[in-house]
Amino acid sequence: MERVELAGSLRRNQALKSQVEAESGVVLSDCYQCGKCSAGCPVAAWMDYTPRQVIRLLQLGLVEEALKSHTPWLCACCQACYTRCPREVNLPRLMEVVRQEARRRGLINEKKVDIFERAFLGTVERYGRAHEMGLIVQYNLQSGQPFKDAMLAPPLLLKGKISPFPMKIKDVAGIKDIFTRVRARGGDRS
Amino acid sequence: MKYAYYPGCSLEATAKEYNQSAKLVARHLGVELWEIPDWSCCGATAAHNNNHLLSLALPARNLAIAEAEGLDVAVPCAACFNRLRAAETAVRESESMRATISEIIGRDYRATNKTRALLDVMVNEVGLEKIKEQVVKPLAGLKLAAYYGCLLVRPPKLTAFDDPEDPMAMDRLIDALGGEAVSWSYKTECCGGSLATARGDIGVRMIYQVLRHARDAGAEGVVTACPLCFLNLDMREAQAAAAHGDQFQLPIFYFTELMGLALGYAPKDLGLTTHFVNPLPLLEAKEILRHPATRRETA
Repeated sequence: MERVELAGSLRRNQALKSQVEAESGVVLSDCYQCGKCSAGCPVAAWMDYTPRQVIRLLQLGLVEEALKSHTPWLCACCQACYTRCPREVNLPRLMEVVRQEARRRGLINEKKVDIFERAFLGTVERYGRAHEMGLIVQYNLQSGQPFKDAMLAPPLLLKGKISPFPMKIKDVAGIKDIFTRVRARGGDRS
Repeated sequence: MKYAYYPGCSLEATAKEYNQSAKLVARHLGVELWEIPDWSCCGATAAHNNNHLLSLALPARNLAIAEAEGLDVAVPCAACFNRLRAAETAVRESESMRATISEIIGRDYRATNKTRALLDVMVNEVGLEKIKEQVVKPLAGLKLAAYYGCLLVRPPKLTAFDDPEDPMAMDRLIDALGGEAVSWSYKTECCGGSLATARGDIGVRMIYQVLRHARDAGAEGVVTACPLCFLNLDMREAQAAAAHGDQFQLPIFYFTELMGLALGYAPKDLGLTTHFVNPLPLLEAKEILRHPATRRETA
């Protein structure tokens, strides 16, 4: 990260900072940087910025730096940070919002995570339920690793735990309506 | 005792043992499960990471169907439970959210009914005393690690039925079934969820940590209440051990399977024959499948 002039950066990014606060319901100044979130985060070892550092970036107005971080994409949403935060900062919710803003700007920092979730929601929109086999096949193809976990497929099929066929619910139209109405409300691509 | 039952997508596929054993055990204990007709996916992590409204609307559709029937909802899957609870809470706490969600799902939903984890229903409604009375094949001599994972107990504001750092519901259930719950420090550590698929390098390490800590605490098996925890631990156990130059033979169980065994059902009827890590050798070694009267003294 290059040198930054903080006062200017905070001024420039005030609108975006407020938007992140409004969408997430998190008041950034609530965080007093104790670091308990990161100490208990099971994924912190693989993150570029720890969760505490992501909040710090946002507090300082270095929003772009936060948007470029891999951290929101790697968050496992396990809620340990939120559960332990002495200031009740809903960090998982904040991570969601940062990640959604990053996606709006085309900053998809963990492509495989994104492909997986997109494939998942795709099956839900099409069938009303997740279809595990279709999901994995689509995920493997789109992420360019057609044989990932391939040795697990035959035992899963033999044990009757996955099916090549999706279970389509009757009211698929109702589910499609939900997706359509959410999109119409200006939500993100979903 | 009657509940609307929301199995969730996994219970029709990779977690079919959970569905099978949950239904069997519920019937045995007089809990009527009315499966929500034409239920749809709760959206899971993918929905809430992508769109907040979508993540509330998808579960709300199912809750609304149960509400119209006047029933509280029992949910076996920890992740679904968490998402249904999130929708319920958001609608209960905000009139404008209630209006928005009702409009999106095209039916009225007021959150007058409550979502409960199936584990909560078993332990706190059916009650451990009643379960204990029904045990015919106690899990004597079986040391088990109760693994809660994240979403069953966190965040406590949403889940609100057990301690988020040291939950005991499943431990007490294991004891009531005649087994022995070991004390260990990873009972609420995250298994990595879908990171096992999208970022195997991270997920497999997280899975290994959970399994290793269970074994090191003296557990001979791990008990779960979440299909994703189960799938990660059971299906990827060999891979996780090998990646760390280790070896395990640690069967993973759904708590409902263990209840079923103790209540006298056969392993096949509970789905215990479809695990990746075969639990039958352990159960046979401990003579769990035999009636206590015919067990050897040394068992």
